[in-house]
Amino acid sequence: MRITFTCNGRLTEADGVWEGESLLYVLRERVGLPGSKNACEQGECGSCTVYLDGDPVCSCLVAAGQVQGREVRTVEGLADGDELDPVQQAFVEAGAVQCGFCTPGLLVQTHDLLERQAQPSDAEIREALSGNLCRCTGYEKIMDAVRLAAARRAESAERVN
Amino acid sequence: MEFLRPSTWDEALAAKAEYPSAVPIAGGTDVMVELNFDRHRPEALIDLNRVPELHTWEIDDDVVRLGASVPYTRIIDHLTDRLPGLSLAAHTVGSPQIRNRGSVGGNLGAASPAGDAHPALLASGGRVEVASVRGTRMIPIDDFYLGVKRNALEEDELILAVHIPSATAPQQFSKIGTRNAMVIAVCSFGIGLHPETGTVRTGIGSAAPTPRRATDAEEFIAAELADAGLWASRGELAASTAQRFGELVAQAASPIDDVRGSAAYRRHALSVMARRTLTWTWNEYRTAGRAAA
Repeated sequence: MRITFTCNGRLTEADGVWEGESLLYVLRERVGLPGSKNACEQGECGSCTVYLDGDPVCSCLVAAGQVQGREVRTVEGLADGDELDPVQQAFVEAGAVQCGFCTPGLLVQTHDLLERQAQPSDAEIREALSGNLCRCTGYEKIMDAVRLAAARRAESAERVN
Repeated sequence: MEFLRPSTWDEALAAKAEYPSAVPIAGGTDVMVELNFDRHRPEALIDLNRVPELHTWEIDDDVVRLGASVPYTRIIDHLTDRLPGLSLAAHTVGSPQIRNRGSVGGNLGAASPAGDAHPALLASGGRVEVASVRGTRMIPIDDFYLGVKRNALEEDELILAVHIPSATAPQQFSKIGTRNAMVIAVCSFGIGLHPETGTVRTGIGSAAPTPRRATDAEEFIAAELADAGLWASRGELAASTAQRFGELVAQAASPIDDVRGSAAYRRHALSVMARRTLTWTWNEYRTAGRAAA
């Protein structure tokens, strides 16, 4: 089947999609967006997290046909041209990236957290990221990155005001 | 495989009538795992995401009519005051990403004994609204679960909504797992106080072939509370009563040994969860009474 959806602001089409295929497979193998990672394929690890109509979801658990006419935003859609999103920049600076496999999912999930809760407590950060597994960092650097991103966003909001 | 995209409830029912073996998919958090691992290759998928009434809820005469596909996140955000037990259970489902997609309809459709919503539904009581091209019927939640991953749906039926009475008194939910997030329950327990009928309802999860109530425990505690006039006096509950209630809940389970835990552990954990949640809800009921006085 053919599916048409908006991906990172662009009208996107995929042909020859199998009816039981996941959104993750479409993104990685059909439309050339391999940022979302395929690790567990059962919603346990969060590496494939994308926005679907504004809500972060595991793209491995969304059937391709379900995104017809909907809006998807992947990790590739976070940066503004060459300028990284503050969340991405904070992950780089805090050393929150080691092998990098879990990073795209963590970036999208953190991005959503800070949109909803600009100054999250540590408990709120842990809860928001509880569905994203990282086997390298031990999570402390990731916590640092989220706190740094939140502080940066607060600073830039103040400057605007 | 066919991918069917009904945009109305009638179209969805027509699709299910035409393809009785079709698998309905809403949040996909169970169905897609089966497909990704090639465990199941259905003849057709029916995408329910486009049927608007599945995603809404209405509150009428102290009953919440909860659309089958309302995600757990929205239950937590909007219905915690009316459905506190279900909201607590919703908090323990998977992760934020899973709660953004998973729904009570999915738990009911899958009918896994480990589904987190079941003990809360059993403890609050309610009815499942199901329909087919032949018509609509209401199935009491107590009659809904028939066996391991088997429910009372006919093959042409779909779940439209769950009708759940708004809580009139404290409810609780407790779940055992190896960590807080992303856990399939080792076992779980839901409890609801119903002062208007002088009853306490319970729900046991993941410790029997189906979710089930602990009826002996419910009858025991109803009699204890009635005999001592405690609903009216809001007096203290004896520790020995809560202890006995826990033992009776454990006896109502028929758990198995499996990879998540042993039968003996499950029974023990249930007795502890039942004793604690009864004590928590009762103390909350007492405090609410004092605040109102």
